[in-house]
Amino acid sequence: MLASLIGFLGDFDLAEDAVQEAFAIAAERWPRDGTPNNPGAWLVTTARNRAIDRARRERTLEAKTRLLQMAAEPDLPIENTVVPDERLELMFLCCHPALAKDAQVALTLRALGGLTTDEIARAFLVAPETMKRRLTRAKARIKAVGIPFRVPSEHLLPERLGAVLAVLYLIFNEGYGGRIDLAAEAIRLCRVLVALLPLESEVLGLLALMLCHDARRNARFKDGELVLLADQDRTLWDMPQIADARSVLECGLGLGQRGPYVVQAAIAVLQTEAPVDWPQVAALYAELSALTKSPVVELNRAVAIAEAGSPKAALAIVDSLALDDYPYQHSTRAELLRRLGRLTEARHAYQRAMALTTSPAEQRFLTRRLVELQ
Amino acid sequence: MQYALLIYEKLGAYDPFSDTERQALSAEYYALRHDPRIVAGARLQPVETATTIRVQDAQTLVTDGPFADTKEVFGGYFVLEADNIDAAIELAARCPAARLGGSVEIRPLVELPS
Repeated sequence: MLASLIGFLGDFDLAEDAVQEAFAIAAERWPRDGTPNNPGAWLVTTARNRAIDRARRERTLEAKTRLLQMAAEPDLPIENTVVPDERLELMFLCCHPALAKDAQVALTLRALGGLTTDEIARAFLVAPETMKRRLTRAKARIKAVGIPFRVPSEHLLPERLGAVLAVLYLIFNEGYGGRIDLAAEAIRLCRVLVALLPLESEVLGLLALMLCHDARRNARFKDGELVLLADQDRTLWDMPQIADARSVLECGLGLGQRGPYVVQAAIAVLQTEAPVDWPQVAALYAELSALTKSPVVELNRAVAIAEAGSPKAALAIVDSLALDDYPYQHSTRAELLRRLGRLTEARHAYQRAMALTTSPAEQRFLTRRLVELQ
Repeated sequence: MQYALLIYEKLGAYDPFSDTERQALSAEYYALRHDPRIVAGARLQPVETATTIRVQDAQTLVTDGPFADTKEVFGGYFVLEADNIDAAIELAARCPAARLGGSVEIRPLVELPS
């Protein structure tokens, strides 16, 4: 709904305010008067009218003129108005290259992902004030610089896609942490992208990756407690969805290009087999490392190497990484130290990890590990 | 919206080219100048012709040379009329300077009240 309003009004903040007002009015009126037959259209029309009312009070002549011009257009009958799905246009707006990368991600999470500023701040390990400023500046930049509300033309589309995929994956991960509706939204948006770009292997790769992770969702927790992959109850896995992930991955692999998402999907699918081919997983992480140069990928590669039977080599890799603020760096070190019998060091590492985790389930998991050391 | 395309050339970018090749590059700029979206534009004479003025304590200071010694030198500009920045990006990318080690800065113009 926000998307179609931004398209109509050409202004982020105005659209956001109008949407909020419309919802407030609905919350007041619908319980009293009953829900309208076409609630979406009611909300959009109400929001538009609120924005136009506001324009009348607006001091800027330019804004006033533009909005009143729109008000002069004939009003569509509420019943027949179809609210267009312009989420893709909004996606490409938010991920436009003229915006800084971190602004792209924050904006998309705000406008399409439904996260609050505080939630986005936590996802990026920055202060809420920083994130608020980042969003404000990004919206101002969209207006000042004239970033279009449009799906890029075909020749630009592939290059504009990279940022969009990164953002979807982030939305999925935030959802994967507990808010299931966000994960489903990320998957849904990705499917739309596949329909639009059927020959882009990375879109298929991302979809396969998300389907795979999502399929294991119900096994990841038991009675509110974290369960590691090796211990998961496979009967709780959505097997048809994993099969779906596999066939989506095969389509991606069939296109011949091996980008980061395709490789990650291959790893995820391998990890659904029993037993897991850890040397192959480690090799894929090495390929991913070369593509992304990411220390977190190296951390995961170390884990695969440990699972393949070399905890000492794994620890050497982990110790070489500069990830001091990353809780999984410490929890991984702790586990490796535990396997090597270096229990005092393992204890310190678990404590460090606990100091950095925000999730209560993860904290409880680490506490149990600490207790097991005694 | 109106955008300025500020063209920065890498110093010495044209040195390796023959006269014919330089003419071809000028022709590219000429073609851009006549794109229907471009409303103004000019090429500046080389940086050796620059003079810089500053005023300090009511005194006018005149220096031989550009405002600063930089590896990229401001060489010219276009002004274009467009709905959004994508048109400006497309035209900027076609400026030879952008592919010859220089860059083009795009900035929207301040809209003056009519």
